[in-house]
Amino acid sequence: MNTMNSSITSEASPQDEATVPVPESKPTDTVIEEGKTVGKPYSDDAKFKLRDVEVFYGESRAIKKISLDIARNEVIAFIGPSGCGKSTFLRCLNRMNDSIDICRVKGSLQLDDQDIYDSKRDVVELRARVGMVFQKPNPFPKSIYDNVAYGPRIHGLANRKSDLDEIVENSLRKAGLWEEVKDRLDATATGMSGGQQQRLCIARAIAVSPEVVLMDEPCSALDPIATAKVEELIAELSESYTIVIVTHSMQQAARVSHRTAYFHLGHLVEVNETNKVFTSPEHELTESYITGRFG
Amino acid sequence: MPTKKDDVYGDHISHKFNDELMDLKTEFLKMGGMVEAQVENAIQALMDGDGHLAEETRAKDKRVDQMEMDIDEEATLIIARRQPTARDLRLVISVIKMVADLERVGDEAKKIAKLAIKLAEEGQAPRGYVEVRHIGTHVLSMLHDALDAFARLDSEQALRIMKEDKRVDEEYQAAARTLLTFMMEDTRNISRCMSVMWVLRALERVGDHACNIAENVIFMVKGEDVRHTPVEEAERVVGR
Repeated sequence: MNTMNSSITSEASPQDEATVPVPESKPTDTVIEEGKTVGKPYSDDAKFKLRDVEVFYGESRAIKKISLDIARNEVIAFIGPSGCGKSTFLRCLNRMNDSIDICRVKGSLQLDDQDIYDSKRDVVELRARVGMVFQKPNPFPKSIYDNVAYGPRIHGLANRKSDLDEIVENSLRKAGLWEEVKDRLDATATGMSGGQQQRLCIARAIAVSPEVVLMDEPCSALDPIATAKVEELIAELSESYTIVIVTHSMQQAARVSHRTAYFHLGHLVEVNETNKVFTSPEHELTESYITGRFG
Repeated sequence: MPTKKDDVYGDHISHKFNDELMDLKTEFLKMGGMVEAQVENAIQALMDGDGHLAEETRAKDKRVDQMEMDIDEEATLIIARRQPTARDLRLVISVIKMVADLERVGDEAKKIAKLAIKLAEEGQAPRGYVEVRHIGTHVLSMLHDALDAFARLDSEQALRIMKEDKRVDEEYQAAARTLLTFMMEDTRNISRCMSVMWVLRALERVGDHACNIAENVIFMVKGEDVRHTPVEEAERVVGR
């Protein structure tokens, strides 16, 4: 399969977002020990097992020896100042960084005990299992129906039209969009509101029955009502999917996630229950960031 | 009073947020100082049989009540505007709770002032005043230290206050026994001794409120709730 089809969710070209991040956080006296994460970074029921992960953009090291488990059916939020590496790290989870020539990933990254970066690994299959939703809604310039049907078609998930109809309806229902669009499935997707487009992108991501959904600031371009709907959706989806969400809104992380991971200058500083992080974080840097002392 | 620079609540990116938290803290301490003076004056009025001072103390309770409402409003606005987290959140939540304690201390002072007026009018030789002075001094220093622990975020001092509270309870029991003997000696003492007993009861409650404040200070500093837990648990939390 060619790279065009390699991921139904990768329309937002990584190229334009892949400039090497420049840290914005103010210098701090706090020394971060490499590979040392406080809190609870590990899980007994890990979907992703990530060990000593390092990511390089050319010579510069964007991720510094991060080890983390992401549990089955959990919602984990990645937070941190701009350029802290959270998006870079997220993109490792379905090899979205592959398309960036200067980017190298080291360490062990396993999905269900299988190496994500195995050279024999089928990236298309990986991205079907690990879907992605981007910051800006990026529907294809096609009908609402075709947007959702696209993935199942190329992955051969439906043999008959009726099967495909069912997948489309189910996905749109799960995305909380069915009632709003059921009478205009042939209408072009780009005519929808921003919030609807984003939920369509989520429907499109879940149409191929992924196990994991990665969300890179999924609500940053949405109004509060659309944001509330997407958050509601995340809560429902977490029953059947593992969700990893990068967000700049700390309140959003506090609302939707079970665990929160705080990134700082390429380090994973703290991972803890979200309730703990927002009431009494263990690490000084986490505290400073979430209370608005820098970032 | 801490200055903005050296205060842990004064280093946000948003200066307005700094100001809001600092104001909250300052207003709380101001209310604390007011309530402290109320208790002190009520005891003094009782000792001296000073009806005028007692009346003044009673009247001032209205201002304490108003401060409670003002601080609560400020705290509510901070939550609405800032959605504070971590230590900021713990400060705001604790202040909301501690303000209720201060207001209750104010009420106890008012109660003592009222009894002081009654006892002054009856004008008999005082019985049990030694105990009142003793317990009064004790709980006043607890209240003072609790407010000080809040101002300096000193969880160790807060722990000491929690331990003190046990001693006040013991002193109260002993004083109650003493008063009981007075009452048994001469039934004509009963009415006056009962009034003094109410004063002691009010003072003992002041100690409880100081202890509540101390528990909240530990929560603010350590992020763990030590209410309704054995002192050993609080010791563990503070020792971390």
